[in-house]
Amino acid sequence: MNLIVNGNETNVDGELTVNELLTEQNVKMPEMVSVELNGQILRRSEFESTKLNEGDAVEFLYFMGGGHASERATD
Amino acid sequence: MRPERQQTLNLEIPKGIFEQMLEHAKTEAPIEACGILAGRDGRAEKLYKMTNRDNKGDHFMMVPQEQFRVAKDIRSSGLEMLVIYHSHPDTPARPSAEDIRLALTPDVTYVIVSLRDDPGRVVKGFLIEEGDITEVPVKILEQ
Repeated sequence: MNLIVNGNETNVDGELTVNELLTEQNVKMPEMVSVELNGQILRRSEFESTKLNEGDAVEFLYFMGGGHASERATD
Repeated sequence: MRPERQQTLNLEIPKGIFEQMLEHAKTEAPIEACGILAGRDGRAEKLYKMTNRDNKGDHFMMVPQEQFRVAKDIRSSGLEMLVIYHSHPDTPARPSAEDIRLALTPDVTYVIVSLRDDPGRVVKGFLIEEGDITEVPVKILEQ
């Protein structure tokens, strides 16, 4: 099956769910990524159940965040 | 997600982009500002101001829709994501435990702008990989 993953044409064997694709793409913490399928952001609860189809465009990015709330007192 | 570029201890930011980043930090204070720099070969060419959806002075989180939009724009421009930056309005320019925990994006330099002591002048870059931190010199290019 041919997919476009983060802009790159990618061929995968057989049917895959979004979760399985993340595993195949060596995403170590799938719970820390956002996924967009054909322009629509998926809820995390949909990663396991959403099957990919030929030609789907999948984008995924890690959360980008940070903070220091717990450290302020020591600075 | 993991570009082929090998991360090196090399980050060059043209003065105009550097000043935009500082101004962004000052404008958003006391809220943490956050953004992305894109470029190639370790040299920044474009700055994207991002929304801090937490809207807090001690935490930031980017908005996924904006992240995807910017990632596509960077790709279509033939650039790479080089830097994820954010400000520390009242703490030093060093990664906090939360910064390290959420430093998940590979092959980028994490830049922190501290406004605490000498506003807008304490800017440091770090590679953060699985908890290991390496400071990256930030070279400002005169234009």
